[in-house]
Amino acid sequence: MNVDLGSTTGGRQQPALSVALSGVGRTFPTPGGGTREVLREVDLDVRAGEVIALVGPSGCGKSTLLRQISALDAPTTGSVVVDGVPVGPGDLRTAVAFQEPRLLPWRTLTANVAFGLPRGTPKQLGAARVAELLELVGLADSATLRPRQVSGGMAQRTSLARALARAPGVLLLDEPFGALDALTRLRMQDLLLNVHAARPTTVLLVTHDVEEALYLADRVVLLRDLRDSTPEDTSIARIVEVPGDRPRDRADHELTELRAELLEGLGVAAHHTPAQPA
Amino acid sequence: MDRLLELEGLFWESVVETLYIVAVTLGIGGVGGLVIGVTLYVTRKNGLLANAPVSIVLNLVVNFFRPIPFVIFIGAVQPLARWVVGVGIGNRAIIFALSLAAAFGISRIVEQNLVGVDPGVVEAARAMGAGRPRIILTVLIPEALGPLVLGYTFVFVALVDMSAIAGVIGGGGLGNFAIVYGYRQFNPVVTWVAVIAIVVIVQVAQFAGNRLARTILRR
Repeated sequence: MNVDLGSTTGGRQQPALSVALSGVGRTFPTPGGGTREVLREVDLDVRAGEVIALVGPSGCGKSTLLRQISALDAPTTGSVVVDGVPVGPGDLRTAVAFQEPRLLPWRTLTANVAFGLPRGTPKQLGAARVAELLELVGLADSATLRPRQVSGGMAQRTSLARALARAPGVLLLDEPFGALDALTRLRMQDLLLNVHAARPTTVLLVTHDVEEALYLADRVVLLRDLRDSTPEDTSIARIVEVPGDRPRDRADHELTELRAELLEGLGVAAHHTPAQPA
Repeated sequence: MDRLLELEGLFWESVVETLYIVAVTLGIGGVGGLVIGVTLYVTRKNGLLANAPVSIVLNLVVNFFRPIPFVIFIGAVQPLARWVVGVGIGNRAIIFALSLAAAFGISRIVEQNLVGVDPGVVEAARAMGAGRPRIILTVLIPEALGPLVLGYTFVFVALVDMSAIAGVIGGGGLGNFAIVYGYRQFNPVVTWVAVIAIVVIVQVAQFAGNRLARTILRR
């Protein structure tokens, strides 16, 4: 019902939207003529406004799952439904930001953010909206610079602003802070929480970082690598409710146990035991 | 040297003819090559408009025409030239043959440069809901513009070279001038004047192309 809200109201904010994945599977053909199953029977109901972190070992299909929701790829089985309506290519209700900023290098930051506006947004309204978004991500002073003139963190904030330009009901983030240095990453996490507070939207975030997942998410979804699974296993290994409300204390002791559990799920021991010489 | 003064009028006429042939060809063949090149790129496997039959046929056609030596190509397409532009000889026929050959050559240069565009940016544009025409016009071509300008400069130089054999079917230009009044009349001075004029045109074009590309790449 809210599909066209962005264009008909000239880019006003859409409300946060729910996401329902049912039986989502994705199998890719391999060069040898065989197939490789990356996702199997993913069932997940995301409430409107919820923040979900997707974690899992490399190659377990986290990004592939996000691509199904953004309709950049179509699942082999199952369905992806946003707010009761299946997603389709160029869906205005969802927006993606990637690990790399993927900006247009010959355009200013302003023009890059404007690229994310829904088509047909009136010029003046679009300009006002872009200015507001640049302000929100703290780039108002750099609006006329080009991507190569700004730092990686600034480029990534531009990419986030571009994704927000269509006022998405569902924001999909594919390891958005993965390529940033540790301090910039912490600042970007807080920025994301500010954005989420200022603009109601559902967030699905792919991350490698368990700390990040626990700091940002309402629920953490742990995916498993299907290459080390039994045929009865589905892609979701477990779903963890994160206790407490945001903003969370990064050093919260309550989360320590969860962190150890999740790390173990990812195949990393919480305490490193040096290998004993035989 | 006296002979050179007698030929001065004819020399300048030849310079203008060469520039005219090359400029018109670059216009027609350039647009044709851009269209074929973009089509080659988007119909590739996993392309924006992936289409195996179109891709295979188009590649066959381009590969069929590309290796034909131009001096033979002129003769081979003469019947076609008569049908399309009305004549089989002279500058119009040369421009027709040259444009056709250039379009196929340029299409590969365009395809090559588009392949070099970061697929991530194209995917991001797709995720923003940009349609295919919009992605081609506002992302792909602008993204590849710097290298494309260098590619077209390369083609300009190649066209000056190819247009030199226009005389085979009665076309004009510096190549014809050098052969008819220099080489065949045992007058190396005249030949070399034409050669130097060609070198000057090529240098100026390359300089202008490099500058334009640098401006574009300085983003």
